[in-house]
Amino acid sequence: MSIQEFLIPLLAASVIAGTPILYAALGELITERAGIINLGVEGIMLIGAVSGFMMAVTTGSPWLGLLASMLAGGAVALIHAFLTITLRANQVVSGLALTIFGTGLSGYLGKAYIGIPVEKPFGIIPLGPLADIPYIGPIFFQHDALVYISYVLVVIIWYFMFHTRPGLNLRALGENPAAMDALGLNVFYLRYIYVMAGGALGGIGGAYLSLAYAPSWLENMTAGRGWIAVALVIFALWNPWRALMGAYLFGGIDALGFRLQVLGYQISPFFLQMLPYLFTVIILVFVVARQKGRLTAPGALGLSYDREER
Amino acid sequence: MNRLTFKLEKRLTPSPVMVFIIPLISVLLALLLGGIFLVLTGENPLTVYSLMFVDSLGSKYGLTETMVKAIPLMLTSLGVSLAFKMKLWNIGAEGQLYMGAMAATWLPLTFPALPIYLMLPGMIILGMIAGGLWALLTAIPRAIWKVNEIITTLMLNYVAILWVDFLVYGPWRDPEGSNFPITASFAEAARLPGLGDSRVHTGLFFALALAVILAIVFKYSRWGYSINVIGSSERAARYAGMNIKRNILLVMFLSGAISGLAGMAEVSGIIGKLQHGISPGYGYTAIIVAWLSKLNPLAILIVSVLFGALQVGGYAVQVEGVPAAVATMLQGAILFFVLGGEVLTNYRLKLVSQKGEELSK
Repeated sequence: MSIQEFLIPLLAASVIAGTPILYAALGELITERAGIINLGVEGIMLIGAVSGFMMAVTTGSPWLGLLASMLAGGAVALIHAFLTITLRANQVVSGLALTIFGTGLSGYLGKAYIGIPVEKPFGIIPLGPLADIPYIGPIFFQHDALVYISYVLVVIIWYFMFHTRPGLNLRALGENPAAMDALGLNVFYLRYIYVMAGGALGGIGGAYLSLAYAPSWLENMTAGRGWIAVALVIFALWNPWRALMGAYLFGGIDALGFRLQVLGYQISPFFLQMLPYLFTVIILVFVVARQKGRLTAPGALGLSYDREER
Repeated sequence: MNRLTFKLEKRLTPSPVMVFIIPLISVLLALLLGGIFLVLTGENPLTVYSLMFVDSLGSKYGLTETMVKAIPLMLTSLGVSLAFKMKLWNIGAEGQLYMGAMAATWLPLTFPALPIYLMLPGMIILGMIAGGLWALLTAIPRAIWKVNEIITTLMLNYVAILWVDFLVYGPWRDPEGSNFPITASFAEAARLPGLGDSRVHTGLFFALALAVILAIVFKYSRWGYSINVIGSSERAARYAGMNIKRNILLVMFLSGAISGLAGMAEVSGIIGKLQHGISPGYGYTAIIVAWLSKLNPLAILIVSVLFGALQVGGYAVQVEGVPAAVATMLQGAILFFVLGGEVLTNYRLKLVSQKGEELSK
């Protein structure tokens, strides 16, 4: 078996399988950089997946579906923002509530859409001459538009975070909100923005599953990808480039199982399905252990900000 | 300009009135929100709710089914509440339940002829150890390197469910089960006796006994006190010389063991075999029950019955073509309102003038 026949398709599949996780992880990354943990990613992705799918089926346009998924993801993230930022509720429990709520809501809304095909999912668009570069082309540039947008998004978020003034403020927001407040920045308002933006990205992650990857709606179709995205943010040490690499690594594990089966290896499909989850646990333990527990997590992550307690 | 605005002022002690009223109002508000949602999606909320209510609490059969669902909820909720007390976010009750069920199943499958006095205690011990060890897998990295236990416990849920699937679709499948993913049925000695002739089984007493034990431990024992201290301030606990790492391991093991017992009770008391999908998400609902009960073991017993009813009601509305997911949605909404309401327990809402703010800017 040659590289062309096995490795290239595997790497290309890794990119595709990694893309929904990448979107969700980028969303969680900016949310956490602003100092808020959102464990509702799984629920947000499901709501994004179902709302995007419903919109795309109704209107026939995957792009309108994408828009719907962003709006829906942002809207449910708003619940989390209100509870944790304004009402200072426990961020862990609020996120869990969001995941449970999102699972229920998406299951409810999507019931009538199970088994329905989407007329126009996101199709493959080879990216001009880039697609013809040997090895690189088939791996990175023969995908759908959402994959290309995710490349651009990583660059934008990285540049924004590390090379712009508002990006510096974002990072400071998660490190020391009191100092930001003293500088006259509205901590509450900014955190709302970033939590909702994170939710919108999570929504896209879900829509990628229902409009490009699958493309169809199935109850609980995210299958833990939202949680993997949360883990990935830690693995990525809150850096968008590492998030990209991590997402493709997880995508690769996902794709590998499927490919091994196709090649006729006698491994139980149940074990292959376990791989991404086991891999997440192992790599999380490995990364955290290597950092000796001293992660470069945003300093004020998970703490609600109370002006009176400055 | 003298603008009036609301301000949150921290209460010195949580309001005792609010502690009781908030959960009640939360449930009502969640039902109201769910009702609006049902109207928007073209359902009649009164029909749906009355169906849910009647089918779960309005008949002897309904009540029985509600209790049947309440038992695993009680046990898993008690399990997670123990961990939550120490601010250990064990989200893995679902997986611990599956592993407990799996280990408990091994005994009657391997030694079907054991007498009941060996069989049932053996299944209980195996179920608890398996659930406990499954939780311990995440507690060890948590204790040593502070690896986020939320993610690891949750990931292991998927692994445990797939592992059980592997067994019931593969090596443990009943050869006479006409290819269904089920194991052979347990011998009578491996079945927890029912109460009277109902489906409610003696697993209920496990939950009642555990709730009382935990309530006493939390309230009167030194160990219960130290768990509370570690939960509220790790630093204070360290200064007081409490062994935090050991307690992380111990609490997680016990937390998992209790959920493992839930799994044992489910296969032994209800199903009588191991099969695919033995839990409709008890381990996740447990998180809500525990939080709604303010981690109070005795409150957990009552709230579990309520959520058992919600579960049964969810199945009931399916007959009318309403997806059962409506129950899950309501659960999430209830937790939202409880969380939002907690602000009123811990803070006082005050109307203040914003004048001072304006001047200082």
